[in-house]
Amino acid sequence: MSGNGAMPEGCALVTGASRGIGEAIAKVIAADGIAVGINYRADREGAERVAAEIEAAGGTAVAVGGDVSEPGAVEKVFDELEERYGSVLILVNNAGTRADNLSAQIGDEDWDHVIDTNLSGPFRATRRALPKMMRARYGRVVNIASIVGPRANAGQANYAASKAGLIGFTKTVAAEVARRNITVNAVAPGLVETELSEGVGDHLLEHVPARRAGTPEEVAACVRFLASPEAAYVTGTTLTVDGGLSA
Amino acid sequence: MSPTVTAEQIEARVRDAISTFGPEPDEVTRDATFEALDIDSLDLVELAQIVEEEYGVRIEPADMKDMKTVGDAIDLVAARAS
Repeated sequence: MSGNGAMPEGCALVTGASRGIGEAIAKVIAADGIAVGINYRADREGAERVAAEIEAAGGTAVAVGGDVSEPGAVEKVFDELEERYGSVLILVNNAGTRADNLSAQIGDEDWDHVIDTNLSGPFRATRRALPKMMRARYGRVVNIASIVGPRANAGQANYAASKAGLIGFTKTVAAEVARRNITVNAVAPGLVETELSEGVGDHLLEHVPARRAGTPEEVAACVRFLASPEAAYVTGTTLTVDGGLSA
Repeated sequence: MSPTVTAEQIEARVRDAISTFGPEPDEVTRDATFEALDIDSLDLVELAQIVEEEYGVRIEPADMKDMKTVGDAIDLVAARAS
């Protein structure tokens, strides 16, 4: 039995989609004819711009505010989207943050904030999304991880722990829900030109076989595939998008 | 329980929901165990979602540990819906 039937009626949610990789992901999913929730924490203007650009291109999108590191906010974001577009059947956990320092100097606040945003946020959003996906017998969860986590990057222990944790989370949830035609995968970007990566990768560039940083659109193209009906048999994997850095 | 929902309707709905997880409808008797029907914890999570949506009844993880038969599930939902 093939599991790659069309997506039932529902929508997509991309967290942290007011700019950068999240913006690019939201746009390609919308281009496939799926209504998209453009989640933002603080950049309302950016999220509304992304939604307006999608609508101008013939798609359907709405900006939905909510800090995914706060449990109550996740619930509110889902409630708002479900009321407008129906069940969230594509969830892209993209929102992320960093607070770099050497391990010996990371304060509890910086540790907790990075873990809450990068790991607990995706957990809570996924937990909220799965029951509806199970009933729909369809779901696509894509977690935006990083090559930092599987590999070291001095000064990013909290970020690395959150992203390595996200990959572990991805694998186990994938195994739990696979027979409901729900896939759960991770995409692990390397050096990508975004505001979040500013200053992180300068020393890495010479080690990138492609000799350049990636673009948000190149990451989004991979997410687009994993979020599509055609990727029904791909689950529990981590797709690295790093110009060969991990090769 | 809502005046429009009877115990019989709840029983029929729970049995129907369980039959969508794999077993033949005539196997889903009150005495049938989830183990015998090959109903696992993921199926029970989905059952919990269905009864919460349709009857406003919450089945907590702790409740699931005590639910061994179809009848256990029916009785729990009927009691909480009342």
